[in-house]
Amino acid sequence: MASAATYKDRQLLAVIGDEDSVTGLLLAGIGHVTEGADAQRNFLVVDAKTETSQIEQAFQNFTQERKDIAVLLINQHIAERIRHSVDTFADPFPAVLEIPSKDHLYDPEKDSVLKRVRRLFGE
Amino acid sequence: MSGAVGREPVFPTRQSLGLMKSKLKGAETGHSLLKRKSEALTKRFREITRRIDEAKRKMGRVMQIAAFSLAEVSYAVGGDIGYQVQESAKQARFRVRAKQENVSGVFLPQFESYTQEGVNDFALTGLGKGGQQIQRCRETYARAVETLVELASLQTAFLILDEVIKVVNRRVNAIEHVIIPRTENTIKYINSELDELDREEFYRLKKVSGKKQRDNAAADAEILAARKKAEAEEAAGAVAAAEPEAAPEAADVLGEQEDNDVIF
Repeated sequence: MASAATYKDRQLLAVIGDEDSVTGLLLAGIGHVTEGADAQRNFLVVDAKTETSQIEQAFQNFTQERKDIAVLLINQHIAERIRHSVDTFADPFPAVLEIPSKDHLYDPEKDSVLKRVRRLFGE
Repeated sequence: MSGAVGREPVFPTRQSLGLMKSKLKGAETGHSLLKRKSEALTKRFREITRRIDEAKRKMGRVMQIAAFSLAEVSYAVGGDIGYQVQESAKQARFRVRAKQENVSGVFLPQFESYTQEGVNDFALTGLGKGGQQIQRCRETYARAVETLVELASLQTAFLILDEVIKVVNRRVNAIEHVIIPRTENTIKYINSELDELDREEFYRLKKVSGKKQRDNAAADAEILAARKKAEAEEAAGAVAAAEPEAAPEAADVLGEQEDNDVIF
């Protein structure tokens, strides 16, 4: 059961996305860099050259290790690349949200949560 | 089916019968309560699912508009501002705070977005040109993120409710299909055993009383026989007693008793 302690410290949003999405969301003011020697950003820019393992690692970092992230936004076409991790991640916190990107239209069929919704209604 | 669930390992006593009866009552109350809880949660769950579906579609539109305004920015600025933006991001201005909402004993978190005042990492972005577009873009994206946050809280509620409903339904089914039949079986078993004991006891008592009667009859017969014998003995004794009496009389005739004078 989710107790208050698990999410009262979660204040930030994180994003894994292509450059445009990240830029836009940062302009909205979600960017955060932790202070100290091991400064960590809460965003990851993914382009064609980014390795899948790197995305995977960032996803694990945002979902498992960092305890200050409430919502993780991830571009759908990037979520496609690490689909297995996204689908197996079932914890309520942080909420993983697949968002459309400029170049890739949003496809509700691929969304891991909507897939569950459809399965529940037996469609 | 009732044979499959078995019964609880109890001794068939009246005490455990009482225990089982109260357990059955408790299970029935719990079952109806849990069933109602599950219904309330399912209602909420369906509502949330519908809203998620709507919000996901809305998100598609909102993000499209936001992307368009970003395109305007790069046109106005005449270059890529991505790098600059990424480097100047230091402190989150847009944050979320979690609130709790209670739905039939389940705490659903709800994210609420708020902006931290006095934090502006992008004071210099677009200083040269395109400042207005950047400002507009920021507003558009802020609205988009608000939609996203709303969607995120719906999604979190969805995940939690899904889990809770599964647990509650499992309990309802367990009570309905295992605990209640098993308790009923146990009660039936205890009742049959108690009946059996009752019959045994009755038979035993019957036996005991039969034996007692027989003993009594025997004792009566004995007493009767003894009495008869005594009576017979008494009678015989009387005869015997009468005889010896006659003899002394006869002796007396000869002995001490003075005869009446014989008078001629």
